[in-house]
Amino acid sequence: MTIDKNILTYEEQAVFTLRSLYSQYGYERYKMSRFEEYDLYVRNKDFLVSDDVITFTDRTGRLMALKPDVTLSIIKNTTYLKGQVQKLYYDENVYRVPEGSNSFKEIMQAGLECVGDLEPKDIAEVVVLAAKSLELLSTKFVLDVSHMGLVSALLESSGLPQSAKKSALRCMTEKNAHELSALCKAEDADATKLLAVMNAVGTPEAVLPQLKGILSTEDELKAYDELSQMCDILKDTGYGESVQLDFSVCNNLKYYSGVVFKGYVDGIPTGILSGGQYDALLKKMGNPSKAIGFAIYVDMLQDMERVQANKDYLEGLIGEING
Amino acid sequence: MRSMVNIALPKGRLGEKTYAMLKNAGFECPSIEETNRKLVFENPEKGVRYFWVKPSDVAIYVERGSADIGIVGKDILLEYKPDVYELLDMGMGKCKMAVAAPKGYKDIPGSTIRVATKFPTIASKHYSSKGKDIDIIKLNGSIEIAPLLGLSDVIVDIVETGSTLKANNLEVIEDIVPISARMIANKAAYKFKNQEINAIRNGLEIERGEIQ
Repeated sequence: MTIDKNILTYEEQAVFTLRSLYSQYGYERYKMSRFEEYDLYVRNKDFLVSDDVITFTDRTGRLMALKPDVTLSIIKNTTYLKGQVQKLYYDENVYRVPEGSNSFKEIMQAGLECVGDLEPKDIAEVVVLAAKSLELLSTKFVLDVSHMGLVSALLESSGLPQSAKKSALRCMTEKNAHELSALCKAEDADATKLLAVMNAVGTPEAVLPQLKGILSTEDELKAYDELSQMCDILKDTGYGESVQLDFSVCNNLKYYSGVVFKGYVDGIPTGILSGGQYDALLKKMGNPSKAIGFAIYVDMLQDMERVQANKDYLEGLIGEING
Repeated sequence: MRSMVNIALPKGRLGEKTYAMLKNAGFECPSIEETNRKLVFENPEKGVRYFWVKPSDVAIYVERGSADIGIVGKDILLEYKPDVYELLDMGMGKCKMAVAAPKGYKDIPGSTIRVATKFPTIASKHYSSKGKDIDIIKLNGSIEIAPLLGLSDVIVDIVETGSTLKANNLEVIEDIVPISARMIANKAAYKFKNQEINAIRNGLEIERGEIQ
């Protein structure tokens, strides 16, 4: 029996299309159990998007959690093998309290993780897969790519004290030039490079030469080399304006040290895809592997479909009001 | 077709001043100046659509993408922490967030301070950074009478000229943070309508320079 594609919802179709994309690239499906020991999440609380976890005590008295995240489980279950790379993808429901809400929600999430002795080509492949995923969801998309090693080196060389770095990072994510300047001025630090890098947004071909003129310290140049090596591989994918360097994408410095990225599709107001390289998490768990991955918040597609379907009608009503 | 930029303006003086700046910058919309009860106005030629919303709601419209950009006080941004870009300090609507108390108020060390405020996030953050225990009383207006009626010990509120405080026998005992109006943009909209939004931002920056 063949299945009529029309009976699938837009989200279901998206999940199946993403599955076939990832398996084409040699990724294997990872299926996790609904529950994990709560301990796993407590130890790595800052890695989670939200603090709240649904817990219960099982029959043997262990404190269990309804999974709020998939990455931690995948990492916990991978072992380091020299020279090996493990490629896994998943689509799972997770349970979280969305920001600004007071109740738990079941959230459909798809994504992948690439763990092991990663080479630059593996890292570039994950970024390409992020772009390809977005392309499958919408013809109009943007993938913003940044590098936490570079951002952290810039914070270091600016001379900002440790206590002010968090505020500076927040300014970066807000593209908030006025407060970043004021902060640096108050702390007697140099904002020039941070501001120049924050304002350098565009295709890698346009931005990399600009960066070259700005960066100077050893750590900055090391991160630059990593980034430009990756962009070299990306160049041939032909994404043009859709893949941009934008250093306002910043994840938690405690876990993310390399490439980070965020994806947007037209019609969804917040980022639908989020990912990056999080070697520090593995190190903390005693695993010498490197790891990079991303997640797509599939349930946002539901809103997109509904809003788009209604858009022309509402535009018409506004037109009528304005005669 | 050039895509239309949706702009959320805060009802009141700040919104009107902002519209005047936008008009001067070349983003006029004649219908907005007529007296009527409409809330949404557009000028397709200039690619702009304006709508009036409650000042404290501007950030919500922008974060959720119903507005591409908006003008909002920094107090609202600090309180609700929306995930948006903050592209420009408008340099107007200047005031400060401060702690005020009845004249002659003395803090009893070690006691829990009762704080009445419209801004529970800002107040909690301020006191927790000092390691002080507080009891937050969330009010929606007329904050100044709370200490006089014994509802709270102090208030955390916006202070512009200080005349309301003075009229109610209160005084500022501590400044928390300076406040002014900011231009914010939705993150996704800034990707897909980048040129249009930057044109408006730069127009406002030039206008701001002329006022100051």
